Amino acid sequence: MNSKYETHEHDVLIIGAGGAGLRAAIEALSQGANVGVVCKSLLGKAHTVMAEGGIAAAMANVDAADDWRTHFRDTMRGGKFLNNWRMAQLHAQEAPDRVRELEQWGALFDRTEDGRILQRAFGGHSFKRLCHVGDRTGLEMIRTLQDRGVQMGFDVYMECTTTRLLMDGGRVAGAFAYWRENGRFVVFKAKAVVLATGGIGKAWPITSNSWEYTGDGMALAYEAGAELLDMEFVQFHPTGMVWPPGVQGLLVTEAVRGEGGILTNKNGERFMEKYDPKRMELSTRDVVARAIYTEVREGRGTEHGGAFLDISHKPAEYVKRKLPSMYHQFRELADVDITAGPMEVGPTCHYMMGGVRVDAETAATSIAGLFAAGEVAAGLHGANRLGGNSLSDLLVFGRRAGLGAVEFAKQQAVPAVDSTQIEEAERAMLAPFERNTDENPYSVHSDLQQIMQILVGIYRTEEDMNSAMEGLARLKERVQRLSINGSRMFNPGWHLCADLKSMLTVSEAVTRSALARKESRGAHSRIDYPNLNAAWGKQNNIISLHGDQMNLEQRPTRELLADLQALLADEKGAGA
Amino acid sequence: MPDVTLKIFRGDREGGQTADYQVPVAPGMVVLDALHHVQKHQAPDLAVRWNCKAGKCGSCSAEVNGRPRLTCKTRMDSLPQDKPITILPMKSFPVIKDLVTDVSWNYKVNKKIPGFTPKAGTNWRMQQEDIDRVQEFRKCIECFLCQNVCHVLREHDKHEQFGGPRFFVRVAGLEMHPLDGVSRVGLLKKELGLGLCNITKCCTEVCTEEIHITDNAIIPLKERVVDEYYDPVLRLVRKIRGG
Repeated sequence: MNSKYETHEHDVLIIGAGGAGLRAAIEALSQGANVGVVCKSLLGKAHTVMAEGGIAAAMANVDAADDWRTHFRDTMRGGKFLNNWRMAQLHAQEAPDRVRELEQWGALFDRTEDGRILQRAFGGHSFKRLCHVGDRTGLEMIRTLQDRGVQMGFDVYMECTTTRLLMDGGRVAGAFAYWRENGRFVVFKAKAVVLATGGIGKAWPITSNSWEYTGDGMALAYEAGAELLDMEFVQFHPTGMVWPPGVQGLLVTEAVRGEGGILTNKNGERFMEKYDPKRMELSTRDVVARAIYTEVREGRGTEHGGAFLDISHKPAEYVKRKLPSMYHQFRELADVDITAGPMEVGPTCHYMMGGVRVDAETAATSIAGLFAAGEVAAGLHGANRLGGNSLSDLLVFGRRAGLGAVEFAKQQAVPAVDSTQIEEAERAMLAPFERNTDENPYSVHSDLQQIMQILVGIYRTEEDMNSAMEGLARLKERVQRLSINGSRMFNPGWHLCADLKSMLTVSEAVTRSALARKESRGAHSRIDYPNLNAAWGKQNNIISLHGDQMNLEQRPTRELLADLQALLADEKGAGA
Repeated sequence: MPDVTLKIFRGDREGGQTADYQVPVAPGMVVLDALHHVQKHQAPDLAVRWNCKAGKCGSCSAEVNGRPRLTCKTRMDSLPQDKPITILPMKSFPVIKDLVTDVSWNYKVNKKIPGFTPKAGTNWRMQQEDIDRVQEFRKCIECFLCQNVCHVLREHDKHEQFGGPRFFVRVAGLEMHPLDGVSRVGLLKKELGLGLCNITKCCTEVCTEEIHITDNAIIPLKERVVDEYYDPVLRLVRKIRGG
């Protein structure tokens, strides 16, 4: 071990401080482990803070008929049956307890008349199921978890970016990171590591995702040898802002439709009647996103290329109370009063269903000692995620990852880290300072976003994606030539050099998997293969690193247990 | 598109000065968009802290033309375009680099506050009207602009004796939680120095979440401190009741 690096040791190291990371940390702490949390931003600023609509949990506070079985069925239907069914089962069964726990840690959800947690309707959910606080549920959740963790005394390394996982043979041994403040490197040694780094939306220009969403965890895991699952499934949320240009993609919560919002085209037609007459605006996100996209493409879009979303038929005070941040967002950024008239909305890159392949019970990846939870992990949501199932995912599998990591750490000695890996990681980070080219990370990022938006968006074809693969290959060469100036101190251009490497890895994985899947399912829509294909419904795409090549293979899904099969039987195929 | 001039602070703990950048203005553009334009085309190393660019995370606080603002919510067309727009880091915190300040002091203050501790035997039923006022406090996104403008911190630099409006809001949220069972009144009086606040309402004016910090959090907390420490009648009542 090289003493020239600042070094910290923990039983469990958690990378990412959003809902999943914090919940994992709390669980590991409560088991008596020594826990470190490393995060790219300040504590409390992670992407979870942007979640709006609510946490899905079958508590049956509003609709007494709800139970985990229905939640399980809705999740599987929404995911077009490609979900890891065991994850969907555990998620539906455990979510209510995880929500109650938040309340016991101080969260204050909106209430029913009889003083229980209020639940609202959302797309694809058969009952009113989303526990919420107006439209700022994510903030309530992250603040509650953050306060709980602080109270329990975890060590948080803020504004510290991980660039490589360190290995001890086939087992994870820690992470190499750098402090953004001064650019100095730091080594974390740990018996177990939990990835909770979120998604990949920053590879697209029109996205609801924050600065942090550059696919770091998936790329770190992939480079360490872990498997990535079903990377083709990228969710485009139907309702992002479309005007003015600076806020394009900013999320308009599904709660607007949950509270009764209506979608129309420029001719005033309520077009969801054509696409899903049964569920209308509360159809699943893949269906609504394609509907809006199609309306615009066929010339029925609004002035700025979107659809109208109107909630102004509800009393103004009600709208301001249930959707306060939407009210402010449109008033301040778009000069629109949503209590008086419609919003203009269009699809925006929102969520990654694919990611690191994990075991349902323990959140273990295919690498010993490496765990993953939340958006960075894959399986629960299958081909399309239901709104509200993300926050519950973070809680259920964040907890399981924390437990899994502690159980693993208990049986292990402190791993050894050889200095070669660390020196390699350092050299890779410093290389952009040593080059003197005109290759700027911001231009490469823009070019990557254009490729993904135009060629690997909502609708895909083989021809487009082959062009995308060629474009990505050129970008990989340009990334090798990136050059940066200035000091190592809080240098965003330098940071982007590292982010680009991750974004390129995940973009290639998305494109390869999307090319391979010759069918349309959930969020993956192929113009050249417009229908579901039964054979593809029974296999996953698995990406892994072979030598220095990205390898893709198909693997059969696990056979659904008979009693769960029975739960789905009467509903199968509905709402395609 | 017309160009505007931004005067942006460039420097670090050692010092610095503003530098001028020309940026084209597009419809609906916010100050953070302009800063990103500068990063992309002129100064890739310009340090700006930001995350969501949606007014939800409270990362991109700065002083725009002398006003403490979230740069992601400050429209360029709300500022005079015929003269330069000056963007400086928050004054009450040490500069790390350019517009990024060291806000770690806030996290230290937060650690002093005992977290939510439920009363024994609660059934977890609460009425909406009993939590409305607490939900107001929990809207706080920790942009720290209230801390930045509070003169106890900004002019008098009493970071050691004073918690600041952000943490009075947090304590108010705990003290007024209908099911919380511990008192933080002693902490308010001693460690958090609530008495130093002379209710000039600067914090309320800059709150990006429109929380009525002074009226709804600070004044009721001051009343609790007075009741606990200075009310002779209550003191007598407590004595008689053996409290």
